[in-house]
Amino acid sequence: MHFATLASQFFIGLSRGMIFFIVSAGLTLIFGVLRITNFAHGSLYMLGAFMAFSVSTFFGQGPNGFWLALLVAPIAVMLISLVIERGLLRFIYNRDHLTQMLLTYSLVLITGDLVKIVWGTEFKSMNIPEILRGSLNLWGASLPLYNAFLLIIGPIVALGLWLFLSKTHLGKVCRATATDREMVDILGIDSTRVFAIVFALGGWLAGLGGALIAPTTTISMGMDANIIIYAFLIVVIGGLGNVWGALISSIIMGVGEAFGILFIPGIAIIIPYIIAGVLLIVRPSGLLKSVW
Amino acid sequence: MSTNKAYLVLGLAISGILILLAVPTIISQYYVYLLATVFTTALLATSLNLVLGYGGLLHLHHGVFFGVGAYTVAIVMTKTSWPFAVAVVLAPLVAALIAFVIGWFCVRLRGLYFGMLTLALGQLVWAIVYRWNALTNGDNGIHAIPVPEFLTSVNSVYYTTLMVLIVSLVILYLITKSPFGLTLLATRDNPVRSESVGINVKRHRLTAFVIAGFFAGIAGVLFVLVERSVAPSLLFWNKSAEILIMCLMGGLTVFMGPALGAGILVLLSMIVGLYTEYWLLVLGLLLLILVLFLPQGILGYLMESYGKAYERK
Repeated sequence: MHFATLASQFFIGLSRGMIFFIVSAGLTLIFGVLRITNFAHGSLYMLGAFMAFSVSTFFGQGPNGFWLALLVAPIAVMLISLVIERGLLRFIYNRDHLTQMLLTYSLVLITGDLVKIVWGTEFKSMNIPEILRGSLNLWGASLPLYNAFLLIIGPIVALGLWLFLSKTHLGKVCRATATDREMVDILGIDSTRVFAIVFALGGWLAGLGGALIAPTTTISMGMDANIIIYAFLIVVIGGLGNVWGALISSIIMGVGEAFGILFIPGIAIIIPYIIAGVLLIVRPSGLLKSVW
Repeated sequence: MSTNKAYLVLGLAISGILILLAVPTIISQYYVYLLATVFTTALLATSLNLVLGYGGLLHLHHGVFFGVGAYTVAIVMTKTSWPFAVAVVLAPLVAALIAFVIGWFCVRLRGLYFGMLTLALGQLVWAIVYRWNALTNGDNGIHAIPVPEFLTSVNSVYYTTLMVLIVSLVILYLITKSPFGLTLLATRDNPVRSESVGINVKRHRLTAFVIAGFFAGIAGVLFVLVERSVAPSLLFWNKSAEILIMCLMGGLTVFMGPALGAGILVLLSMIVGLYTEYWLLVLGLLLLILVLFLPQGILGYLMESYGKAYERK
């Protein structure tokens, strides 16, 4: 096994970890602040991918279409999330986990069939724009340019989230709501508005993840069921509600999966579950501190 | 009154069983087959509720034990020359063993973490079944599983599943009313206090988990009798979500709730399937209404209003 192969597989895993991070950061924020297990997060990710496809196709799959898709799809998903939060979720905040879970699962079922009705069942694909095609040479290791692009986007999103959560007033309110909602209410801040904002932000992140993955894969039904389990595991391994924990476990999952594909291609599919199982058994409360 | 109520329940149960015994003579073979599916699913949902409703544990991946039971029968019947009886005995035992291993890790966690670990380890089992081509045929599944001659007709499958369901439900019911079952309820309602009066909470939870896995394995055997084929999708997480919906629909707090939910869901999926291919959309809307307006489930709601009416008297 050449070092170059290892390195290139490492970077590919890392870039996949970035997608995992973007999706699961949204999920973990929702976990932390709203305390809701949002199964529909995977559906929002799928919607992001399908919408990116539609926007891109509308502009003839050209470069403009790609950049516009990256801009429009996440915002569209964000608006849908806002409707879901105001229209449904706010009625079940004081229910038990199972009820909340099944409500979001009903959205999974509904969205799945609606996507089938709107977009049909045939597989779809989206073009990578010219300037992101080809590959990069990193110390002898070849890395597709698009993966390098993801490696830039991921840290930008992480940085943006850090700035938002630690430097802005709203971000601080979000963190305070996650820690002690009652106290926030007593201080005269409308915490349900915070819930709506966080859920919309989470939806935007899921949509962004979907839009980013769209050019690298076939866009199809079932995308939601696969990503949501990964995202859940990442969020739990990282510590519920902890964005940085989600970043670390996303990288572990992405790189672990990539090396699994390299070394044991036949059974690579079981790697993420083994990682998750082992980490949950060794550190049941997550790698970093949970906000709960 | 409580003896009156007991007679009422007993009377309902007996007349229900008598009707079910007579049913295959009057309805078409397709519906007989469908009812056998209902019985299988009812047993599966009731076994989950021992952990979910009585144990109060967020068990998110019960379908795994069902799938393991079904796969055990399929593998024994197609890869070995062992008799059918061995397969039938082995299936629930293997399911219970897997439940023991998964449960052993899970019971150390609480709440959502418990649920997530059941999901992770359950998906691990799914991935193994999905990939272990030599043993499980991978994603093709195993088809045309041979079963003994006397179990090939639809009616014999119907009566077998019905009998197994009744016996299993009686045993599960007795378990919930046994000292073990009552202690389990105590660990659900107040784990800290239970622990402090000397109850080994983890052991009770693990025992419930293993019993539930055992009965899910029995349901898996019934599934093979009805369908004669298995596929890895049986062990995928959305199958387990369906079982959770059944439990919620019927009502977690009533013993027969999950069985009722299973019956409604299986029959409904068939009826809706006649008119539209968008069954999941209908199920989603139904689930939405259920969660928002009837969170205690159909039977739970009926029991509540019955209780209120009784109090007024």
